[in-house]
This record gives sequence, structure tokens and C-alpha cells, in this order.
Amino acid sequence: MANKIMLEIVTPNKLVVSEEVDLATLPGEEGVFGVMANHAPLLSSLKIGELHYKNDNQTVYMAISGGFCEVSNNRLTVLAEAAERAEEIDVDRALKAKERAERRLQQAAAQKENIDVARAQAALMRAITRLKVAQEYRGAA
Amino acid sequence: MPSLKDIKLKIAGVKKTEQITKAMNMVAAAKLRGAQARMEDFRPYAEKFAAVMKELAGTANPDAFPLMAKREVKKVLVVLITSDRGLCGAFNANLINAANKFLQERASQGQGVALYCVGRKGEAFFRKSDYEVVGKMIDIMANVQMFNARQIGQEIIHLFLEEEVDEVQLLYGRFINVVTQRPTFERLLPITASLGEEEEEEVEGEKGIKAAYIYEPEPEAILNTLMPMYVNVQILHGMLETAASEQAARMTAMDNATKACSDMIHNLTLAFNKARQAAITKELMDIVGGAEALKG
Repeated sequence: MANKIMLEIVTPNKLVVSEEVDLATLPGEEGVFGVMANHAPLLSSLKIGELHYKNDNQTVYMAISGGFCEVSNNRLTVLAEAAERAEEIDVDRALKAKERAERRLQQAAAQKENIDVARAQAALMRAITRLKVAQEYRGAA
Repeated sequence: MPSLKDIKLKIAGVKKTEQITKAMNMVAAAKLRGAQARMEDFRPYAEKFAAVMKELAGTANPDAFPLMAKREVKKVLVVLITSDRGLCGAFNANLINAANKFLQERASQGQGVALYCVGRKGEAFFRKSDYEVVGKMIDIMANVQMFNARQIGQEIIHLFLEEEVDEVQLLYGRFINVVTQRPTFERLLPITASLGEEEEEEVEGEKGIKAAYIYEPEPEAILNTLMPMYVNVQILHGMLETAASEQAARMTAMDNATKACSDMIHNLTLAFNKARQAAITKELMDIVGGAEALKG
């Protein structure tokens, strides 16, 4: 208890994780950072990226997209639009999403459309992160 | 006086209708459970989000953020969320009426009005009206997802930033309980410092001294990323509420229909029995009459 921090990962669909961990590493807006027990109160926005947390020498890898986290009273709350464990990631779907986003970016570049560029870029980032997390850690786990 | 055969056919027909409404009632009840569960799963996220937004926005200077900019309202946009399917009583009609009333009121104040329709029913109604429909999203209410909300959010934020519209209101069917759903307005844009579920805008209260948070990056930068997300969260919230309300409204409507059917069957059966007895009596009279005639 004393050396652990309560980690909660919440998405619009469900409470994904709720457990005590030794260390959580998050993709902050200004760089990756780790949070351990008794961290000072913190509020940070998060990028699309990989999050992992360690508990009793077991590491869990996740892909998260967009959101923020709050640390207070030895509790770390992560609010993300999506969060998936490495083993839950649908690689085929992510691959398709990646192709689709790349195609759309090319089209947008040709037509100079502005709204869709940001959306396609975000979609591409999400897809790449999912693929990376899935490929790197599926074998290792 | 309808013949015996007519009544019999009519009873058979009403019975079939009753079976259908009964089945629809049960399907709606099952779907309601799912929709309600999704609404409840979403709640912790929405609450946490609102709490953090409130904390951040309270300290922020509204002029620094384009999404908080209060302009003179020349044009107002209503994001109307209805269901895709009918047969749910007055649910959609109530929402459409509320939208109509609001639009008329604003139009009479000399403001321009426009609509963004989510759900087939609202879209079908306003497509034929004189109001401008800037966007629509149909056939998604059965399985509402974050990316749907994100798409709507992006489109309306774009309109707001381009100053095409100066105010955005969300209108959805709030789920109060299984028998009550209420059309509810919530302001999406501009975002005010007093955020949250309250419909009434409160005057910004003074902020007490908060825990010394480390902000990364600065509060303003965080707020800038969070504000569009907050709009999405509110839209998704509205969609989830509407989805649950729709099923609840359908359940009640189908329950009423089933009851009406059994009443009808009861009355028709009475009429049928009366007609049958009348026919028997008539036949008996004939036989007796015939026998009398032979005797004579």
C-alpha cells in the first residue's frame, strides 16, 4: 500500500483499469513521464501514445488516445477517449485505419481541405500507436 | 350489424397486432437495459471531465479562448438529437416541438437560426421545413460511439470559429426515469466558466485556493486541448441519454398499445358472443315458427 499508487483509467465506454500499481508511465503533452506513489498533485494533458504500468514486476502495455490525467491524494486518474491493452488491439483494423488515414491525407493535400486533415492525422496517429503497441509487446508478453 | 365472420376476422387481426406490440415492448425493455448501462458507464468519465474543466475554466480569462468568446448572437445553431426509429409515442414529437418553439423564439428576436440533426426522425421533419439544416447524422442512434460525437463536435466548432454561428445549443431527450423523458437544452458553445449539468447559468463564483497542482503544460494550454473534447463529451452525453430515453419511451408506448389491444379484443369478443346468440335465437324462432305452421 505504502509504495503503490491507485491507477484508474476511464474511457467513455467503461472503467478500463482500477488497481494499485508501482509505476505508471504516461505519454504527456510535453514528453513521457512516470508517476509513482505519493506523487505531487499534477494535471497534464496526454497525447495519443502508449501507456504502461508496472505492478509486482508485471508490466501491462496499453495504447491510449487523447485525454488528460490527474494526480491527487495518491490516486492517478487517466481520462482517455480510448484505451486498449496490447493484447486487445485489433491489428487488422488498425492496419486498415492506417491505410485509410494515409489515403485521406493524400487526398486532402491535393484538394487543400482543412477540416479533414486534422482528423486524418489524428486517425493516423491512433492507428500507428495501436500497431506499435501491439507489435512490440505481443511477442514479449 | 357486422356479421359473425367480420368480427372473427377483426379479433384475429387485433390479436396479431397485440403480439407484435408485446414483442416490441420486450425488445425495447432489453435494449433499454443496454442503453442505460452505457449511460451509467459513461457517467464517471463525464463527471470527472466536468470537474476538471470547471477547475481550469474558473481560473481562465474567457477572452483568451476562442471557444469561450461571447459574441453578439447573430445566428444560433441547434444540435437536435432524436431517434432514428419511430413507434415510441410522443418522444420525437416532443423534441421536435421544443426545437420549433426555440427556433421561432430566436427568429422573432431577429437572430438567424440553423439546425444540425442527429437521428433520422428530426432530420426527416426539418428537411421539409424552411429552417436551414447545416448537417445531419442518421442511423447511428442504435450504437452511439465517441467518434460520432467527435465528428459532430469538429463540424460545429469549425462553424463557431469561422463565426458562421455565434451560439450552439444542444437539444436532447433527457432520461429522467423509465416513464419520464424530457427535452432538454444545454449550451455547447461558447463554453462558460460555470460548466456542468446545471441548465441555469450561475454567476461565476469566486474560486477558493486550490491544491497546488503542477500543470503540464500551462493551464491555458491544457484548457485549449480539453475544450474541444469537452464539447464532444457533452454531445456524446446527449446522444446516450437520447438513446436510453428512446427505448424507455418505446417501452411505454408499446405497453399502452398492448393494453389497448386487449381492451379491443375484450369488446369484440362480447360483440361476437352477442351476435352469435342473436343468430341462434333467430334460428330457434324459425324452427318453432315452422313447427307451428305444420301443426296448423
